[in-house]
Amino acid sequence: MIIATAVEIADRRAGRLGDKYYAGRARSVMNRNFTAFKSSTWLVVLSGFIEPVLYLFAFGFGLGQFIGDVEVSNNVISYAVFIAPGLLATSAMNGAIYDSTWNVFFKMHESRLYQGMLATSLGPLDVALGEIAWALLRGLIYAIGFVAIVAPLGLIPSWWGILAIPASVLIAFGFAAIGMAITSYISSFQQMGAINLALLPMFLFSGAFYPIEVFPESAQILIKALPLHHGVSLIRGLTLGEIDISLLGHAGYFVIMIALGLFFTTKRLTALFMR
Amino acid sequence: MTTNLIQAHGLTKRYGDFVAVAGIDFHVAKGESFGLLGPNGAGKSSTMRIIAATSQRTGGDIKILDKDPNLHGPQIRAHLGVVPQQDNLDTELTVEQNLFVYGRYFGLSSSFIKNKIEELLDFAQLVEKRDVKVDALSGGMKRRLTIARALISEPDILMLDEPTTGLDPQARHILWDRLFRLKEQGVTLVITTHYMDEAEQLCDRLVVMDKGKIMAEDSPAGLIKTYSTKEVLEVRFGSERNAEMSEKLKQHCERIEVLPDRILMYADDAEKVLEEIIKQGIHPITSLVRRSSLEDVFLRLTGRSLIE
Repeated sequence: MIIATAVEIADRRAGRLGDKYYAGRARSVMNRNFTAFKSSTWLVVLSGFIEPVLYLFAFGFGLGQFIGDVEVSNNVISYAVFIAPGLLATSAMNGAIYDSTWNVFFKMHESRLYQGMLATSLGPLDVALGEIAWALLRGLIYAIGFVAIVAPLGLIPSWWGILAIPASVLIAFGFAAIGMAITSYISSFQQMGAINLALLPMFLFSGAFYPIEVFPESAQILIKALPLHHGVSLIRGLTLGEIDISLLGHAGYFVIMIALGLFFTTKRLTALFMR
Repeated sequence: MTTNLIQAHGLTKRYGDFVAVAGIDFHVAKGESFGLLGPNGAGKSSTMRIIAATSQRTGGDIKILDKDPNLHGPQIRAHLGVVPQQDNLDTELTVEQNLFVYGRYFGLSSSFIKNKIEELLDFAQLVEKRDVKVDALSGGMKRRLTIARALISEPDILMLDEPTTGLDPQARHILWDRLFRLKEQGVTLVITTHYMDEAEQLCDRLVVMDKGKIMAEDSPAGLIKTYSTKEVLEVRFGSERNAEMSEKLKQHCERIEVLPDRILMYADDAEKVLEEIIKQGIHPITSLVRRSSLEDVFLRLTGRSLIE
């Protein structure tokens, strides 16, 4: 067998569209993350999975006892059924943001990992895609785990609910792409703290725990502009089996987030490490 | 294809108003060990980044293996092994994993990388450390691993930016020995350094850079021959008297440099100069006869020391 050299491998892609930015090897970046993951502590991994489950038990079953049933678009459902999709969307957001902000910030500024990657025949888009794809793979596993727990408890009334798994990966993709783009513009830990500050109100007010109709019209418009509201609405529509055209709108919001996030991340990585 | 792996004409790099590289010409031939010598801020690292296709030039021309780095970044980087000034090893991984993962970035097959790792661990004297995480390595080991990592893709050109800065003398000598072996195997080396002993040890040919410009270009011996005398007499009279004494000493040597702490007297026979001044009744506190080095060349070219 003839073994291809690094030069032959790189030359195969020469002349293709975007060959300056993409070498077609985002998977080698994922391979790196998998290798690091194998030797990391499982506690960190487990915590990402356990968080939404704890919320579900505390609020869905604990607080839910006092709240009783809720009425959503002429459907009467238990409070746990109401918040389960909200928690799935929220945990997709949190996981993706954690991976794409703190992790990326560390690799960019502390361990200088990306400089090392970009000294090879990889391009900046390989790095961005590889990092995001890894975050999504983790998100996928968390989503499957969550659905596997809540479905037997009867918290996903509709079979459409199975689509909540790919939907939460889409949500994670959107947040990861934007998170990585924002992180690439940030240069200090203090600024990183501001990201968390923006996430908390979104978590509390986006309709995960109660319908946003409780707020005045003007506040609702603001909430509807934020991404988590679209994530919660998308997944809730699927788990409750309320399928209509608005779900496509919610999904479209995340498609735009992904496109913008990838564009700015690649642009910024190029500016930072290729200037 | 020409035998020059790197060919630059009028190469320029500006960052806003600041000119880091001010229109330099140089070439690097296959199998050669080429050095960029100069103080910090001379433009060496900027030049290295342009060669490594991780920085876009703002003027002039450069071809690396006949390709333009502004247009063919990944294709050029496939030919290069890069050892950066600051270690950027993957601290979450072990020594062996670092090499494997890096090889995968180039798209190399697992079987190729696995064989190569055995060879490189041996070369870098890290066989026993293969399962150790990078954080537990000494500075010298980390550097050797970084060099091994850069060699995983069997590069045509190995780029070393200040390879021994921050290492203790013993670790430096081990590293030089490893680099010398690579040189013997015919690997083309491009090295930046502000240590003249390093440049003399490793470089066949070098350019002396200062403020973004090339001041001189030759072999280390050639540079010393052109810009300095064979030997140097270093004398000290205490910092207050150095300036006053230099007037009296001038006539005894070819050239004189007065530094804050000592006077350098350039002559082909420095021992004789020392005898002469003692005969004149001039008694320095200390005196030292040594051979000229690249430090003297740099002093002559720029009026400044390399390490400030």
